[in-house]
Amino acid sequence: MKELMTGNEALAYGAYLSGVRVGAGYPGTPGTQIMEKFASFPGVRAEWAPNEKVALDVGIGAAFAGTRALVSMKHVGLNVAADSLFYAVYTGLNAGLLIACADDPGMHSSQNEQDNRNYAKFARAPMLEPSDSEEAKQFAATALEISETFDTPVIVRFVTRTSHSSSVVEVDPAAVPPPTTEHKPYKREIGKFVMVPGNARRRHPVVEERIGKLREYAETTPLNRIEPGNDDWGIVASGAVYQYAREVFPEATFLRLGMVYPLPEKLIREFAGRVKKILVIEELDPFFEEQFRLLGIPVSGKDVFPIVGEFSPSLIRQAASKAGILPAAVSGFSAAPALDIPVRPPILCPGCGHRGMFTVLKEAGVVVMGDIGCYTLGAASPLEALHFCGCMGASIGVAHGMDKGGIPDRLVAVIGDSTFFHSGIHPLINTLYNQGKTTTIIADNGTTSMTGHQDHPGTGRTLQKQPTVKVDLERMVRGLGFNKVDVCDPNEMDDFRKILEDHLKSDEASVIIARRPCVLQSRERRTPPRIDPDLCTNCGTCLEIGCPPLVQQEDCVSINEAMCTGCGLCVQVCPAEVISQEAK
Amino acid sequence: MKKIDYLLAGVGGQGTILASRILASAGLELGYDVKTAEVHGMAQRGGSVESHVRWGEKVYSPLVEHGMADYLIGFEMVETARWLTYLNKNSVTFINRFRIPPLLVTLGKARYPSEKEIENLLQSRGGKVKWLSADDMAKDAGNPAMAGVVLLGALSNLVGGGQEIWLQVIKRLVPARFVEMNQKAFLAGSGAGLG
Repeated sequence: MKELMTGNEALAYGAYLSGVRVGAGYPGTPGTQIMEKFASFPGVRAEWAPNEKVALDVGIGAAFAGTRALVSMKHVGLNVAADSLFYAVYTGLNAGLLIACADDPGMHSSQNEQDNRNYAKFARAPMLEPSDSEEAKQFAATALEISETFDTPVIVRFVTRTSHSSSVVEVDPAAVPPPTTEHKPYKREIGKFVMVPGNARRRHPVVEERIGKLREYAETTPLNRIEPGNDDWGIVASGAVYQYAREVFPEATFLRLGMVYPLPEKLIREFAGRVKKILVIEELDPFFEEQFRLLGIPVSGKDVFPIVGEFSPSLIRQAASKAGILPAAVSGFSAAPALDIPVRPPILCPGCGHRGMFTVLKEAGVVVMGDIGCYTLGAASPLEALHFCGCMGASIGVAHGMDKGGIPDRLVAVIGDSTFFHSGIHPLINTLYNQGKTTTIIADNGTTSMTGHQDHPGTGRTLQKQPTVKVDLERMVRGLGFNKVDVCDPNEMDDFRKILEDHLKSDEASVIIARRPCVLQSRERRTPPRIDPDLCTNCGTCLEIGCPPLVQQEDCVSINEAMCTGCGLCVQVCPAEVISQEAK
Repeated sequence: MKKIDYLLAGVGGQGTILASRILASAGLELGYDVKTAEVHGMAQRGGSVESHVRWGEKVYSPLVEHGMADYLIGFEMVETARWLTYLNKNSVTFINRFRIPPLLVTLGKARYPSEKEIENLLQSRGGKVKWLSADDMAKDAGNPAMAGVVLLGALSNLVGGGQEIWLQVIKRLVPARFVEMNQKAFLAGSGAGLG
């Protein structure tokens, strides 16, 4: 039976059918739906961990115990989990461990476009890269076999266009995972699993020897293959880019790499001996290209294609034409006629609690260190009230460092609830321990909103929708030793303003929990306010909150009632007091 | 079996992802190989979004090439114009007569082009342009959020498959309590006389 699935869904399906029983991950675009899909299968345990490192430790533990495990994250999540990846390569496992990791070339929803193929080489972990959903399903099974045969974690790399593209997957409705009786018993092996220097020194040669064996495996596995065609150009490609290249070079000979690390030297030499010229087409880093060059094989690669940004068939065709590899591009691409089409960057939703918070922060004129989440949009015009965003959990530590670095302004860190659980707790302890005096605002909307409303330790529900303990942020922060802690709704601007002013005057480190449920999740709606068109002076103050339903007309501002959620923020900021709303 | 490339363009939250799933599933039902590509996450927070859907004998890339779209399905006026470079002289554009002004426009810092300007721009590529008031039609069917399904209804007349196939796909992909409403929206689109 044929079914359309995204790459994320197909990998989860393949992992389930291969007997994976334990999954752990942290949401992150474009990899979020891997664990969400896995959680939907019967008889599995799937969890959102507070962060990717914890998720990987959980997966490793499950594999130690003899159960096949799946761990999922976005590319930058592997930075967080890297420490665990490196030890797991040394210790090896017991049952198979699949780490699914999704890169985001073009940064549709990320802070960088790092190429995680480098992690495979860096950590000495084999890496596979599917080019569509059917391969994602199949590669899950292969990855787990490799993991058990070679006693190593295996990474399956996605990019946005394999994670979030749908294609046809063969589904056998009668297929079921192998029975749990195939469970491998756990054995205590101190020399293998306790990575003190003496043991680790004995394990490192094992790791290098294993990579040698995997290189041999790469020579013969059907994951890598030469697809014969016209030998004038030999194209080297993997993943989504393989599919683009197939379309642009329908006749060429291909070296298709399903296993991107380690690479098969003999197969590469055979390919090089067969074709006249080699063109390596790869997004981001010249990862294959460098390996070819190390083997002394001349190739074209980054001299033709960019090192930055996402590829597409159009981009490949353009670049290859420009380099004279293809005749001048025949596609209809041409410059658009002159007409200014206004840009439409993402914005905070109407009714979002972050809008009230940033409006007050902007008024206060403080320097705000931000973090990763919807509230990063507080940096966008017209609010422009967030002045840094680097990675998950960075806001609090950077604010403390700026404070110690001598910035005279009172510093504020803004971090979301899910991000706080991810990596905000340690820097908050640091601020307290190292006698800081910054104010941390935990923007608590009760969910992981940007990635699509996933549960976390503060929601009281697990990924598989079981009720569980709800970590109380206020008690937790007080438990750490903070004396100055307040909770309020940031869209009640007067309350929030008073609390903020009080905290900014204080000379101790403090925490404000700015709590308002995500409007997309709560779906709370009140009657939209009314603007009296005769009294509105069209001063534009209300527009400064950047709320989409407020539209400037010729003589006054109007409210698009279809979009408005009735949050009442504009009522609070109007200096002429001409916006009115029924009482709650 | 001829290839058919579609581009669906709109504003995050307008339902382009559901519409692209319906379109992809209909293609599969009609015997095509199918691929789609879409974006999630930050891009969806009220920003410009586009979905690619491709039908063919054998589809490699999930992304449509510039100048190669057979159909552009625009959920919002300027968002339709934004993807102009995907059109060619044989393309057909279905455009929803509906504006969601970008923030720069509501702030008075940019101008929203007129319907005529958008029409001229789309015409400049040489293809056909078909206008629908899909939001109004969806509202009549029960909820303006179904504008995408109205657009698919209009499109369905041109790309084959009896109505039954599409209505079945909608039944499979839409939550049970919304099925009837969505089927009504689809039929309103297909009955709009734009075939």
